[in-house]
Amino acid sequence: MTITDGGLAEVAQAIRARQVSAAEVTDAYLARIAAIDGTLKCFYRVDEAGARAQARAVDERLARGEDPGLLAGVPVGLKDLFVTEGLETTAGSKILEGWIPPYDGTPSKKLKQAGAVLVGKLSMDEFAMGSSNENSAYGPVRNPWDTTRVPGGSSGGSAAAVAAGLVAGALGTDTGGSIRQPAALTGTTGLKPTYGRVSRYGVVAFASSLDQVGPFGRSALDCAYLLQAIAGHDAHDATSLGSPVPDYLAACARPIDGLRVGIVRSWVAKLDRELAALVEEAFNTLERLGARLVDVTLPTSEHGIAAYYIIATAEASSNLARYDGVRYGLRVPGENLNAMYARTRSAGFGDEVKRRIMLGTYALRSGYYDAYYLRAQKVRTLIRNEFARAFGAVDVIATPTAPSVAFKLGEKTDDPLAMYLNDVFTIPCNLAGIPGMSVPCGFSQSLPVGLQLLGPALGEETLFAVAGAYQRATDWHTRRPPA
Amino acid sequence: MKLEAVIGLEVHVQLATRTKIFTSASAAFGGAPNSHTDPYTLALPGTLPVLNRAAVDAAMRLGLAVDCEIASCRFARKHYFYPDSPKGYQLSQYEEPLCKGGVVPFLLDGEVRSVRLTRIHMEEDAGKSMHLAGSPVSLVDYNRCGVPLCEIVSEPELRSAAEAGAYLRAIRQLVRWLGISDGNMEEGSLRCDANVSVRPVGESKLGTKAELKNMNSFKHVEAAIEYEIARQSDLVARGERVVQETRLWNADKGTSHAMRSKEQAHDYRYFPEPDLPPLTVDPAAVERLRAQLPELPLARWRRFQSLGLSAYDAGVLTADRNIADYFDGVVRVGVSPKLAANWISTEVLSRDGWRVEAAALGELIALIENQTISGKIAKDVFDKMWATGKGARAIVEGEGLTQVTDAGVLEPACRAAVEANPKQVAQYKGGNEKMIGFFVGQVMKATQGKANPAMVNELLKKLLA
Repeated sequence: MTITDGGLAEVAQAIRARQVSAAEVTDAYLARIAAIDGTLKCFYRVDEAGARAQARAVDERLARGEDPGLLAGVPVGLKDLFVTEGLETTAGSKILEGWIPPYDGTPSKKLKQAGAVLVGKLSMDEFAMGSSNENSAYGPVRNPWDTTRVPGGSSGGSAAAVAAGLVAGALGTDTGGSIRQPAALTGTTGLKPTYGRVSRYGVVAFASSLDQVGPFGRSALDCAYLLQAIAGHDAHDATSLGSPVPDYLAACARPIDGLRVGIVRSWVAKLDRELAALVEEAFNTLERLGARLVDVTLPTSEHGIAAYYIIATAEASSNLARYDGVRYGLRVPGENLNAMYARTRSAGFGDEVKRRIMLGTYALRSGYYDAYYLRAQKVRTLIRNEFARAFGAVDVIATPTAPSVAFKLGEKTDDPLAMYLNDVFTIPCNLAGIPGMSVPCGFSQSLPVGLQLLGPALGEETLFAVAGAYQRATDWHTRRPPA
Repeated sequence: MKLEAVIGLEVHVQLATRTKIFTSASAAFGGAPNSHTDPYTLALPGTLPVLNRAAVDAAMRLGLAVDCEIASCRFARKHYFYPDSPKGYQLSQYEEPLCKGGVVPFLLDGEVRSVRLTRIHMEEDAGKSMHLAGSPVSLVDYNRCGVPLCEIVSEPELRSAAEAGAYLRAIRQLVRWLGISDGNMEEGSLRCDANVSVRPVGESKLGTKAELKNMNSFKHVEAAIEYEIARQSDLVARGERVVQETRLWNADKGTSHAMRSKEQAHDYRYFPEPDLPPLTVDPAAVERLRAQLPELPLARWRRFQSLGLSAYDAGVLTADRNIADYFDGVVRVGVSPKLAANWISTEVLSRDGWRVEAAALGELIALIENQTISGKIAKDVFDKMWATGKGARAIVEGEGLTQVTDAGVLEPACRAAVEANPKQVAQYKGGNEKMIGFFVGQVMKATQGKANPAMVNELLKKLLA
């Protein structure tokens, strides 16, 4: 067994105990990337020199007896929408090709401060718009469990890299399921924290009111390590929450006796028999661990996708207006200003991004605002209230993460609506601003299946407790894809 | 058919905060192009706005000064593509402004008038595009981009260019008074667009308006409105229709031309800014700001008149808060307000700066009032105070300038002047009473100006009788 077979928590503990040096760990991961990422294509770019330098610095701090930080020497990958000073950041788009940021975003800065080794930038759907990673301007990522299949999206590179052991952990973002769905499709553990729990400063925006940064790991404990390092208030993000950051590592070890777990029967009914059986089995496992299963209904959440595709596209159409060829990124000259704008944006954005800009622009038109954006916001409020009511009766809600296992590359690219429906179970969580997690709960057709755990706002500790207990009782999360 | 003009102004005031409204880059005027920028100002990917508390306080003080309702509010994105707007949208306020309603009193020909406000909202300024003649490229300077603005929207209640000008001057006076803006139209820290329409007198429905832009002085605002009223009135007289459009004022030609019609108007696609939580206004904080407001120009104008000043003098002394404070400082010494006003308007305001403090001028005026020195000597003393920074009493005592009021000294001096000038005595006695001035002058010369002129006058009249 090599170091890259372990999870982030084990790597962190081994380095801290000086059983292995940070430099050795980084070398091992870099070697694995060199060996297999040519096939998987998780990385847009690997910062070998930077990673080795950071690892050396950690070893020096350890040698001097200093506290090297919670994530000392841990190789972490970043979805390519995390702004990294001096390291190209594209958000998976041609329009940002070659953009070298002059500043570090808060998540990347906090990871560095915690001693993490930032290995490089991971593939994603362009501007985080997609559920298969096929909307990347730089080619799709392949699922390590079956390289003819997608890893999910939009944080497909992050999920696949963790699944394949190319990094010990990774950060992604989740706007409508972009962490949880790829986590489910790659057999990894992924968490979308409460909206505002992690700063969005230095995270390329897709839909501001829905975007949230979160971790990928092999286990809930891995995710707890990462969240511990990146959570907290940030003076640069007015929507970040000021609540104190609890001990997420400790939360993973908490018992779940007597915890009330909500089950949404109508969601399970949407699955095929094999998937439904796996999810039911997971519910039973939780019951055996001392939890009490309680049926809950979330009828308004059925309208989540419709509301989401209004709100997310409206905000995206606005957030992407800055890519105009004037100050950075791609510029295609034109005979006048408007021609330059049109040519730059036509050449720089992919089809899905253009589709969403058009949808969002339409939804915000004068005279249509009330019928679309405002109404969608009202639906959103109802969904938020619905979850608040549900969490009066239960501590967590357990559901499937995705409606299917990983699908074939190209299978849904011609049918945007079928692609959008992949987010049916994950979207309500973003609309409500609550935390959601996906943990591996079995295999169907030899492909991983995910269980989604939803908690009330700032209920991350409960999610960690449930996921931690579940992963102590099962070994799905320890399964590795074929090398 | 007699027509009346209906005018509403949209006034933009740049708030003089140290940093920009949503980021910590400098908000100072000028600077090398793009030196007052940072990742947010340049709209780099991943950047987020953080509201500047000082800008909100300044806007609230403005709102309180004109009796607005201060409300919890939101920022909204106003979308348009132009290089001076790096995000592709401007952060402004739309459905939920910070200040609602309000009334601005202003003076026109010594008479108090007022105009009601629709609202005052906060927004960020744009950058500046520079189109170089003969060059295929345009340049953008983002120094101004993100400087906080208040937009003051009036109801269409102004009826003439003169009223509009007076209202605009009152706004400038007020923002300077509150210390929240330089209020400089030439530098652009005060800007004004005007909505102008005409309608038959007695009609209550509004006519079709034109929006006038690009007036960068008070004169241009008034001239552009005059021009527009005349233009629309001509159209109506000829039986033609006024079209809704935006017109640009050309100061060189003294005319305006259409820039865009209603059909070409932007759809700004407003929606609430999701990157900023709603701004909750704390009523206690509002009351604290209200309590800290200074006495406002109009209240002071009235109070100064109650001290015996003319409306005109009160207007001069309240043109600027520094002047008004100075006047109050002089009067606080206990001298006559009228005399203080005269000294300030003739001596202080004719010079640059405030080198003689109010209390020092008060001391000087007190010396005149208690007849220690004459008004004429006082002017010399004031020059010396200005030049040296010394106090009035110190100069008067140090240079022996104390006025001579001792008849035992003055009488011989008067007698000498009469005796030395028999020809003039004859003229005086022959009926030329103005000759008295000549004798007073002689006595003043002999006493180096220190003689009390009133006493000298009296003594001379007796001697010449």
